[in-house]
Amino acid sequence: MTTATDHQTGGANAPSVSQPLLDMKGVTKTFGGIAALKDVDFSVAAGEIHGLVGENGAGKSTMMKIIAGVYSGYDGVMTVAGKPVHFRSAADALAAGIGMVHQELSIVPDLSVAENVFLGVQPLRAGRVDWRGMNALAKTQISSLGLDIDPTTRMGSLPVGLQQLIELSRVLFSGARVIILDEPTSALSPPEVERLFTVLRRLRAEGRSIIFISHFLDDVLEISDRVTVFRNGRKVITEPTSALTKDSIISHMIGRGSVDMHMGEATILQGDDTKAIILQAENIGDGRNLTQVSLTLRKGEITGVYGFMGCGQIELARSLFGKTPLKSGRMLMRGKPVRFSSTAMAKAAGVAYVPESRRMMLFRTEPVYKNISISILDRINRLFVKPATERQIADTHVKDLQIRPQTTDILLGNLSGGNQQKVALAKWLTHLPDVLILSEPTRGMDVGAKEDVIRIVKSLRDRGVAILVLSTEPETILTLADRVTVMKKGSVAREFTQGPLEKADLLSAA
Amino acid sequence: MTVSVDVAGKGGIKRFLAEQMRNIAPIFTLLALILFFSTQSPVFFSVANALNIMGNASITGIIAVGLTFVILTAEIDLSVAAVANAIGITMAFFTAQPDYVNIAYIALPGGIAIILTLLAAFGLGSITAFGVTRIGIPSFIMTLAMMQIANGVSALLVRGQIAYEFPALITMLGSGTVYGVRWSIIVCILFFIVAHLVLTYTRFGRYVYMVGGNREAAEYSGVNVKRIIAAVMIICALCSGIAGMLGVAYFGSAQQNGFDDFLLTAIAAVVVGGTSLFGGRGGIGNTIIGLLVLGVLNNGLDLINIDSFLKILIRGLILLIALVINVYAQKLKEGAT
Repeated sequence: MTTATDHQTGGANAPSVSQPLLDMKGVTKTFGGIAALKDVDFSVAAGEIHGLVGENGAGKSTMMKIIAGVYSGYDGVMTVAGKPVHFRSAADALAAGIGMVHQELSIVPDLSVAENVFLGVQPLRAGRVDWRGMNALAKTQISSLGLDIDPTTRMGSLPVGLQQLIELSRVLFSGARVIILDEPTSALSPPEVERLFTVLRRLRAEGRSIIFISHFLDDVLEISDRVTVFRNGRKVITEPTSALTKDSIISHMIGRGSVDMHMGEATILQGDDTKAIILQAENIGDGRNLTQVSLTLRKGEITGVYGFMGCGQIELARSLFGKTPLKSGRMLMRGKPVRFSSTAMAKAAGVAYVPESRRMMLFRTEPVYKNISISILDRINRLFVKPATERQIADTHVKDLQIRPQTTDILLGNLSGGNQQKVALAKWLTHLPDVLILSEPTRGMDVGAKEDVIRIVKSLRDRGVAILVLSTEPETILTLADRVTVMKKGSVAREFTQGPLEKADLLSAA
Repeated sequence: MTVSVDVAGKGGIKRFLAEQMRNIAPIFTLLALILFFSTQSPVFFSVANALNIMGNASITGIIAVGLTFVILTAEIDLSVAAVANAIGITMAFFTAQPDYVNIAYIALPGGIAIILTLLAAFGLGSITAFGVTRIGIPSFIMTLAMMQIANGVSALLVRGQIAYEFPALITMLGSGTVYGVRWSIIVCILFFIVAHLVLTYTRFGRYVYMVGGNREAAEYSGVNVKRIIAAVMIICALCSGIAGMLGVAYFGSAQQNGFDDFLLTAIAAVVVGGTSLFGGRGGIGNTIIGLLVLGVLNNGLDLINIDSFLKILIRGLILLIALVINVYAQKLKEGAT
């Protein structure tokens, strides 16, 4: 491990906790009465790389949005270099020397590198853009990060890793002393990660502070001087990296052994390789975010696919449903090769899909019955539609799935989120599909609705449907799956077929 | 555990109005215009003038039927008028022309000429459909190109000349009358009825509305969205083509630039009627009201003897107001649910 040596090089600049550059005391933030952060203390020293980890919803992003000035309504005190501050906007935060590089880069691909570095603040001479000065300045700026890039290159032609570093240099150029990096390594290949780390170490040596938010614990352990773990809106620990291991971080993240263990923390997998294979994907790739993924879906089994945001799950689901064409590999349906060039073909072959966002699946301004019947119109009608039949079918689903209110004519947009999700499921239940793909089936739902959906999905499995559940929430996977595939950066990282499986296993495999 | 949702209760009337805004506003406008012109001109409110208005609107009406399909899917077709003209000219090309006109033609029997001409319209629509769905050119640009292509076809076929002869059936439908009513009005009403039935009662019609309402959702529901878009583009070209065939007979001549005003009027009719530019809302009923609003306005402005140059500006302003209502209605609607 390089952890120890890294920590020592950082030690040269001795992160002194007594004189923190950024200090937060007793920060509490509530959203509509629900606390997202509870009494959190957090500090970053000058010249420190501070790792920040926690599960989705643990409060990391809320914390960072407060620091970056996105949220201004909170309780608690924040000081920067000893001075109390309360940011009203991201511009305030930047003026105080705090900058952020988001996971989704805010670059303009069709402009040059220099134009991106100076986006919105192009140097002017006599009222016109000073191109030569700008390019020269950008060149210095970029080479100070140890990069050799022609500033007139089109931004979009660079790989993601370099685009990210150029965005970072923009933040640096605006004078940031504290830089927040949100999931900086999720889209990077190992050499790109190494290059990023070299840059970060250089910045640390200059005395800048970096808050490194990541799901990738190996990366956090390698680069950070200290690590803070969040769980359920509270800070659990802040420890020097040398005192931590991947396992100990995971235990802190999920609170193993503590009282807040609850449903969906562990499961016993029961993958059965004797069950009939329905859908088989062999080394499929979409040419971008998906490479060499193989997956087997069996009759009457739920296969869970776990992975962090951006790991390629969404692309996998889209490819299996014929939304994005395959660039490599092949698919077999009951042993016969198939190629879906449209969603209609996938549907005709017996594949159904409920995407992660209800908006993508439902018609808000149409009544419930039309939302349900849209995917079966070709079966119940020949030429003319039969609204009476549609309503009757919708009505049985509304009753079976306990959709409230119990009417088929209400506009879909008037239903609650959980009920909308049930409608999205109901679309595929009239004629059972052979394969059902569910992206984030329970995300953002209240407990009652969640349990209903879980019950429905399990009953579909018991009726012989081969189900694929994709989620970034370990609980969802552990509650539903009979076998689990973990994805990482567009490929399969690990497979679990049988035996006990707990959250920690998923987190450490991803 | 169930979260009860307030269905009808609060703000029922407000919500109803918000939802119906796009239907109410055009009808209100039409009634207001009729009332206004009736008081201003003694000849406006009469059966003869009503038939006159409808006759003038009938050719545009057939084009607007096709456009309604396209706009309901949130696409646009800017080539309708050019296609109408090209197809009208194509039909003249397949008909023997008098000797005193120096124009190329192939003399074919009327029935065959009509069939070939319809095939040509289908062909132009297929090219548009291919460009939009297979290649992925936005319909706005694709149909702009088609507009130019159709104009090119027209130019090449007439070469600055004018054709006067058309198959007998077409001449009858385009310029003949039955019991004092123009055949073109009857044809247009038939188009309205068929299109309304298709949109309201067929599976295809449902798909058209659903694709317009949320294209992504339609695709994730396994609807072949591209096929639906291709179909509406072809339907639109066929409607334009038939309007072109009747139109040249209505005018009595086929020539370059014969349909120049029709693009704006047809689009305006659909939009003024309240069919949403964002797709999924509206229909033939709206288009009929839109056509009548524009027809009454044109006719009325002529009758009250207004400065003919001002007329153009007034039409523009009415269209602008309709656009504002159209977009505003969409927002109200989204706010209501």
